[in-house]
Amino acid sequence: MPGVINATNDFVVKFANVNGSGSASANQLFAKSILRMGIPIASRNIFPSNIQGLPTWFEVRVSGEGHLGRRGGVDLMVAMNPQTWDRDVAEIDAGGYLFYDSTRPLPRSRFREDINVIGVPLTEMCNAAYTDARQRQLFKNIMYVGALSALLQIDPGVVETLLSEAYKGKEKLAKSNRDAFHMGRDWALANLACPLGLRLERADKVGERIYVDGNSAAGLGAVYGGATVCAWYPITPSTSLAEGFEKYCRRFRTEPDTGKKRYAIVQAEDELASIGIVIGAAWNGARAFTATSGPGISLMQEFVGLSYFAEIPSVIFDVQRAGPSTGMPTRTQQSDVLAAAYASHGDTKHIVLFPEDPNECFQFGADAFDIADRFQQPVFVLLDLDIGMNDWLCEPFAWDDNRRMDRGKVMTAEELEAGKVFGRYLDADGDGIPYRTYPGTHPNKGAFFTRGTSRDRFAKYTEVGAAYVDNMQRLLQKFETAKGVVPHPILRRAAEPTRVGVIYYGSSSAAMQEALTALEAEGIQVDALRIRAFPFHRDVDAFIAEHDTVFVVEQNRDAQLRTLIMNECSIAPQQLIPVLHYDGTPITARFIRAAIGDKVLANKVLPFAGAAAE
Amino acid sequence: MSFLPKPKLHHPRLPVNALGFTRRDYEGAISTLCAGCGHDSISAAIIQACFELDIEPHRVAKMSGIGCSSKTPDYFLGASHGFNSVHGRMPSVLTGANLANRELLYLGVSGDGDSASIGFGQFAHSIRRGVNMTYIVENNGVYGLTKGQFSATSDKGSKAKKGAINTDEAIDLIGIALQLGATYVGRSFSGDKDQLVPLIKGAMRHDGPAFIDCISPCVAFNNHEGSTKSYDFVREHNEAMNHLDVIIGRNPITADYAPGEVRDVQQHDGSVLRLRKLHAEYDPTDRVGAMHHLHERKAAGEIVTGLLYIEPDPQDLHANLGTVARPLNRLGDAALVPGAAALEKLNASLR
Repeated sequence: MPGVINATNDFVVKFANVNGSGSASANQLFAKSILRMGIPIASRNIFPSNIQGLPTWFEVRVSGEGHLGRRGGVDLMVAMNPQTWDRDVAEIDAGGYLFYDSTRPLPRSRFREDINVIGVPLTEMCNAAYTDARQRQLFKNIMYVGALSALLQIDPGVVETLLSEAYKGKEKLAKSNRDAFHMGRDWALANLACPLGLRLERADKVGERIYVDGNSAAGLGAVYGGATVCAWYPITPSTSLAEGFEKYCRRFRTEPDTGKKRYAIVQAEDELASIGIVIGAAWNGARAFTATSGPGISLMQEFVGLSYFAEIPSVIFDVQRAGPSTGMPTRTQQSDVLAAAYASHGDTKHIVLFPEDPNECFQFGADAFDIADRFQQPVFVLLDLDIGMNDWLCEPFAWDDNRRMDRGKVMTAEELEAGKVFGRYLDADGDGIPYRTYPGTHPNKGAFFTRGTSRDRFAKYTEVGAAYVDNMQRLLQKFETAKGVVPHPILRRAAEPTRVGVIYYGSSSAAMQEALTALEAEGIQVDALRIRAFPFHRDVDAFIAEHDTVFVVEQNRDAQLRTLIMNECSIAPQQLIPVLHYDGTPITARFIRAAIGDKVLANKVLPFAGAAAE
Repeated sequence: MSFLPKPKLHHPRLPVNALGFTRRDYEGAISTLCAGCGHDSISAAIIQACFELDIEPHRVAKMSGIGCSSKTPDYFLGASHGFNSVHGRMPSVLTGANLANRELLYLGVSGDGDSASIGFGQFAHSIRRGVNMTYIVENNGVYGLTKGQFSATSDKGSKAKKGAINTDEAIDLIGIALQLGATYVGRSFSGDKDQLVPLIKGAMRHDGPAFIDCISPCVAFNNHEGSTKSYDFVREHNEAMNHLDVIIGRNPITADYAPGEVRDVQQHDGSVLRLRKLHAEYDPTDRVGAMHHLHERKAAGEIVTGLLYIEPDPQDLHANLGTVARPLNRLGDAALVPGAAALEKLNASLR
């Protein structure tokens, strides 16, 4: 007899499906029904670069404690893909459960002795109930949700409500889905021992939180940030960001009487044209952005330098994926940190924002436009596939109606007319930020020639060394000013004073929170600083100074943020210990806890001892 | 290049246009190009065209890429904003600028290296997208700033200054522009101001992608015997289809033409393009015919010039996208930001 995992509101269910089989909506239904029972979940799609036929997985971590990072391990595998059967079966934790379609008998050798097997003859039931091939496929998915609802104690009322919401106004469809759901549920209740050791209990742990993906949230942020021009080129995993912007623009920016659009979206011929359109639009006074991923960042390098040197605002959302080159297009990483921070040839540095979840994707998505206008330079918003393409449970979006767009230093026709001195690259206020004018502002004042070549404070071409240096120094001054304005880092103090610290950022946040809790439970005290932007706020220097040992947790091979900190804050390499996870799967709390905990306990904290990927 | 500073004073009785501007008000900084460069004649033609069209200089945005031609926007319309962007990427920057404010006039100046080589893709896509602009390629068939390499518009068999023969096929930008849907297509020669000025005027009054290929000899690297972009060669092989007058409401041209030689085409903005036809059978509103004629004359060794094609009622990118009439760069918070209440509703749908 195999052992049995018993857990309430704390387990991992993984669905193994075939891409394009219609499983996504059934899996969403499963995930959302748990949320509606007031139980937090973290869900992740694991999918190939393919439209139809290849394997795809959907992982749901149920966590009454509210842990939203990937946990690792599988308690219940819903194995619907014969192609991946063996590896799926192998992945189940001992004492865990295997749910499968038992229509076709499988030899004993295809199973394991140490797991609990649950067979449901899904295909047989579908073939009996439906004649249409497509229906057989689609309703099989809903049917397994029905069976799982009995096995895990999902409230059937919640599922019915979700189905009515999904098929609002299409009662026929809602009914056939309900029927399929109950067919699966009733069969399980009649034929299986329900519930399993894994079960759900209603809770009140979700609250006001919303369940949304980071790309949609960032696209919505761009709408609230006042972006009117979006130019982009399709690339995984950023495509749904531009599509999200379009969806929300259609809803919020269509003129009710004329149907005309208060936005322009161009699907450009490549990433070069995308960023070129963004720069042209921003030069002319519109807020503009592009959405891309690593390969697009590589292609945009020259234009990014122009945006920096000619001082034209631009907003670039980079939904990072595993590189280099084409890398793993559908796997996550945080490996564009340096490529973004120092993009383009010559001496350049750029503002980079690191959202931790969809809520911050929205916030930073809007803030990026104020920051870009204020500093007249590129602003990168670094999402990654894990935040961008997965639905996350996060705080609801919030907006202050008193907020107004901060267009930065733009000289008006009235100011020019009144005789205010205009030097396009003149540091009039001592903060390094010059004034600009929009084209067409005034008949004979304020026009200037924008160029990527060197020029003096009044935008006149020059190759005089002193004028060039003067301009380059002002750009540094501007970057210094930005330190105080970009989102500040967030400090989480350990329960007791400690000399051990950890720095982390972006989508590692959820796993980090969980790891910190676990470390604390083991008596390991760690202060944690979440970096939210580059250039680094002075709190980063202070945090490193007050700890003997500082771990830097990242999802890339080369410890890119650590390099950036060492370089920009003049930190000796041995002070920063990399904790690196870069196999393309999202980092887990188990991994972080092990990497930090083992080193601290063994008291042999060494530099360069980056742990390998899990 | 000239090293004398340009005097700011001008003759008190210099003619003024309807807005009270003199021709000098449309000038820019002093050119740094070689003396005799065809590009300077094109700058002069742009100045003349804008002066004659009574354009407010600050309502023009002049955009360029990199190269000798792309430096020229500094040398005309000093009261306009200019943007010397990166090599081959003027079309995308212009497209973005146009999306931000549909009310300005967009003048893109490029060269054959900029548009036919590194920027061939952007040239093509800006045309097919229907960006409302005047796009002039100052075509000298050579890389001037880097001292004399062949460009992609160099004719096969033409000879470089140092004697090398070009073995690659030439790209004819006019042919590409016609194929990709430009709605105003002309070719001219920097040495033919009478033809070029009205061609630019017509383009600037055109509400769609207007493309002009202007052959502009490079006196330093491509004006020798064996070159097919030299002053002498172009003068000898120039086959003008028509001569153009642009007639705007208040100044009708009443010159006498023999019947049958004149064709009037009215543009969307009301201006009339009066074409003095030099080829009786040539119809400039027939895109397919224009393409056919272009290839036919090319095979005969002629360089076809004039207004080759015009769509009198074009549709531009803004119309395609359905954007509002008000320029996007003038929309404020109220028009753009949906607000907290809308967000709360959205939150509710995500639970």
